[in-house]
Amino acid sequence: MTTTITWTAVCRLGDLLPERGAAALVGGVQVAVFRLHDDQVRAVGNRDPLWGANVMSRGIVGTRGGRAVVVSPMHKQAYDLDTGACLDDPAAALPVYAARVRDGVVEVVAG
Amino acid sequence: MRLVVIGNGMVGQRFVESLAARDTARRFTEVTVLGEETRRAYDRVRLSAFFDGVSAEELTLAPPGVPAGTTIRLGEPATAVDREARVVRTAAGEYPYDALVLATGSRAFVPPVPGTGSPGVFVYRTLDDLEALRAHAAGRSAGIVVGGGLLGLEAANALRLLGLRTAIVEFAPHLMPMQVDAAGGAILRRRIEELGIDVHTGAGVTGIAPDGDRLAVGAGELTLGADLVVFAAGVRPRDELARAAGLPVAERGGILVDASCRTADERVFAIGECAAVDGRCYGLVAPGYAMADVVADRLLGGDATFGGADMSTKLKLLGVDVASFGATTGPLDVVYADPAHGLYAKLVLTDDARTLLGGILVGDAAAYGVLKAAVGGPVPGKLADFLSAGAPDVALPGDAQVCSCNAVTKDQVLGAIGAGCADVGCLKACTRAGTTCGSCVPLLRSLLTEAGVAQSTALCEHFAYSRQELFDLIRVRGIATFSALIGEYGTGRGCDVCKPVVASILASLGGGHVLDGEQAALQDTNDHFLANIQRDGTYSVVPRIPGGEITPERLIVIGEVARDFGLYTKITGGQRIDLFGARVEQLPAIWRRLVDAGFESGHAYGKALRTVKSCVGSTWCRYGVQDSVGLAVALELRYRGLRSPHKLKSAVSGCARECAEARSKDFGVIATETGWNLYVGGNGGFRPRHADLFATDLSTEELVRTIDRFLMFYIRTADRLQRTAAWLEALDGGLEHLRAVIVDDSLGICAELDAAMDRHVGGYADEWRAVLEDPDKLRRFVSFVNEPQTPDPSIAFTVEREQRVPVPLGMPEVSA
Ligand code: SRM
Ligand SMILES: Cc1cc2nc3c(=O)[nH]c(=O)nc-3n(C[C@H](O)[C@H](O)[C@H](O)COP(=O)(O)OP(=O)(O)OC[C@H]3O[C@@H](n4cnc5c(N)ncnc54)[C@H](O)[C@@H]3O)c2cc1C
Ligand code: SF4
Ligand code: FES
Repeated sequence: MTTTITWTAVCRLGDLLPERGAAALVGGVQVAVFRLHDDQVRAVGNRDPLWGANVMSRGIVGTRGGRAVVVSPMHKQAYDLDTGACLDDPAAALPVYAARVRDGVVEVVAG
Repeated sequence: MRLVVIGNGMVGQRFVESLAARDTARRFTEVTVLGEETRRAYDRVRLSAFFDGVSAEELTLAPPGVPAGTTIRLGEPATAVDREARVVRTAAGEYPYDALVLATGSRAFVPPVPGTGSPGVFVYRTLDDLEALRAHAAGRSAGIVVGGGLLGLEAANALRLLGLRTAIVEFAPHLMPMQVDAAGGAILRRRIEELGIDVHTGAGVTGIAPDGDRLAVGAGELTLGADLVVFAAGVRPRDELARAAGLPVAERGGILVDASCRTADERVFAIGECAAVDGRCYGLVAPGYAMADVVADRLLGGDATFGGADMSTKLKLLGVDVASFGATTGPLDVVYADPAHGLYAKLVLTDDARTLLGGILVGDAAAYGVLKAAVGGPVPGKLADFLSAGAPDVALPGDAQVCSCNAVTKDQVLGAIGAGCADVGCLKACTRAGTTCGSCVPLLRSLLTEAGVAQSTALCEHFAYSRQELFDLIRVRGIATFSALIGEYGTGRGCDVCKPVVASILASLGGGHVLDGEQAALQDTNDHFLANIQRDGTYSVVPRIPGGEITPERLIVIGEVARDFGLYTKITGGQRIDLFGARVEQLPAIWRRLVDAGFESGHAYGKALRTVKSCVGSTWCRYGVQDSVGLAVALELRYRGLRSPHKLKSAVSGCARECAEARSKDFGVIATETGWNLYVGGNGGFRPRHADLFATDLSTEELVRTIDRFLMFYIRTADRLQRTAAWLEALDGGLEHLRAVIVDDSLGICAELDAAMDRHVGGYADEWRAVLEDPDKLRRFVSFVNEPQTPDPSIAFTVEREQRVPVPLGMPEVSA
């Protein structure tokens, strides 16, 4: 059986502010896409796993102990953008999706 | 005895202060200061901050008032010195002297080429120059700076801040020829070109010709077009008065003085940039201050001498660190160059490599303080450590100059700490260190830490500073962006603690719209969407209703908007109306309706002024003694949009029955028969506190000034998320201290606080209207970046008591 990996273009890199995110709908899944300071991109689930609202894309991006994180705007838990792990609550985590920039376009694999 | 001082610049001012402090026996009964500029002395070193929104008033160096016996005559230049008759002449009169001090500074050097008198040609020396430059730059697009030294790069940055495409023309083969060598200059050039500034080196200006509305500038082989030209190609000492009076001048200009700063005439002294001590002029402020102190001492019979000066410089120019100290070339130069990262370091050593003679750092000057202090001794640590980025951890010798602006050594700082100084503010007051350019403040901080003084005020893992310290750094250094701040004073990329704090500080200092440029990324979601996030991810909308007063028409508009967008509507505890349940992509349409009807942002989302509640007051109420609604509206309009460490609330009651609950507010006002009583530091909420009575029976004008200062002082000094109640309780000296500062001006900062508030009031603009007018900002208001029209499908409503309310979200699926 073959697995097909589908990269979906969601926006141009320039549509995202550095160190800020935006939500995208990819095959029915809400994905939070972030642009880091060095123009790398990361994608995680948009739903705050602790509070249920789809708001992760609106969190502040930064670092904690050198790890790139996004902080939920709801109650300020930090999530590692590379692993999805919640640094404030071991029980919570975000799904992580593959993301890349090609020819100035942000693409993710989700859905 | 009569003393005349010519020039009220930085050094002239320092001299007057230094003399007044020493002349306790009042030997000089009459001191006349003649100033050509129409302003009292101001901080020329920070001149460029003017383009970062710092006002002329904030740059002033002159404390309010003058020492007894001193007269300052501004806008009255000395036209002649008659040494025989011992008088100084001006157009307005004659001033006899027993002693005369010349502190006339320098003038900008403009090379003798054709066309320098054309409109659009400027120099960069005085506030008037900058004002004229700014006026001319309005609506224009390109500027040229002649001179690629320290001053030229500063001027280039200023043109950039004015929104001009900028080119630098430098005669020497590389930038900053006085400070760095060719290799360092090349790396500097790349960093500057990356900022979009054109650099032309090895190009002398041959002439300027008007070209229609613009200027054609001949530079070496090239002809460049521009709307304006700024000459920043060096300075020349203003020795014309001395020359005319027959006093000897140095070969290359400058009034010749000896090490006591005395000219050939024993009654006449020269200090600052106009003086050539033993033939040498100094273009920096620190040596000028040292000369001022020497002459103050001499005039009172002392024997101080000027012992030369440290010409080391460390600057952040256009965001690039540049430092040079001691010798810049010598027997053994060890160089590290990393063009990819824009780093360059060179250490100059004796040929046995045992003694450090000087060095140059470009791109990262963290090691500057340590290295500068080590000149003349061995390299303090492993050589290799200094030749890469960052400052290695080594101890400074005791005689190392920690603050070069004010010549304060490490030992002096440690002495002050030993005598009880426990924070940077106290060190500033006791030693003057850190009070000029501010760049040594981080070092002061680390000395405090080293001395074991508890420092627990670090904001977060990214900044070792408290909010107050960051506020001062940003203000004093004129820092305009978070990246610049964290690059210089922090580590990592910031977080949800420091980013909003810095965004708020930038906003308090008048840094433009909260969603402009990089600032947008720093904001909490509430500030980012100018609305309050709710538990289901929707937002609430709170238009401002000043004082709680609203016309029926406006009430109807709010009702219509709520109905048309299906928003849950509630009267808040702050005497206004909150509309809940708006999706991100609905916010602009909602606000367009509100703005069109004359509403503006209520800042319910910001750490800013919320509401000024009112009672109905004397207009209707049979007990009212003043128009509490009128005052509440005026206060709310005055302070709307003011960003602060935490939210600010206020209320005005029309009589002592206190229906507006003013005593539970950050600043509350209660009417009296003859005016207003002001209460400060009240709080409802989590830990209620009754406000303290601060002043009684104030006129409206006095009241407003007092509140202005109270708020600005709070904004400058409070911690993050510290309401005024907690701040006041933590304030050393409490209410009495607060009174001393904002009523009696004990710190001499009231003029600054007033100016800052005036700037806020003058610069206020509705945040929501600005967003509606800016397509770039509007584009962010979508639920999905790839499907801007699609609403978030997870948001759903049900009906409760005839209004839409969110469907409760599924219980958290993970959590302990
Ligand atoms: C809407 C409102 C309740 C209401 O329906 O009446 C309200 C709602 C919120 N309050 Fe409040 N407060 C409201 C009046 C008050 C009052 C009464 C007042 O202002 O007269 C108080 C007590 C007075 C005081 O602040 O001293 C009050 C004390 C608080 C506190 C506790 C502050 C404290 O110092 O302990 C918080 C939490 C905080 O700010 O950290 C808070 C925080 C909040 C937040 C912002 C919580 C949040 O982050 O989501 C709520 C969101 C508002 C929204 O979405 O629009 N709210 N809140 C009131 C809006 C007033 C307005 O027009 O702007
Ligand atoms: C943009 C800029 C940035 C600078 N940055 C730095 C820096 O980072 N570090 C540093 O150390 N230095 C810096 N300097 C230099 C520093 O400002 C000067 O060294 C300092 O101001 C010298 O002080 P002064 O009192 O000698 O001269 P000034 O401050 O120039 O004061 C002289 C005053 O005398 C007045 N005057 C002249 N003739 C007469 C007359 N006949 N009658 C009455 N009044 C007269 C002038 O109008 C002027 O107000 C900078 C200068 C500029 C312009
Ligand atoms: S505070 Fe006084 S004036 Fe205001 S409503 Fe109450 S009783 Fe009337
Ligand atoms: S070095 Fe400028 S204030 Fe200390």
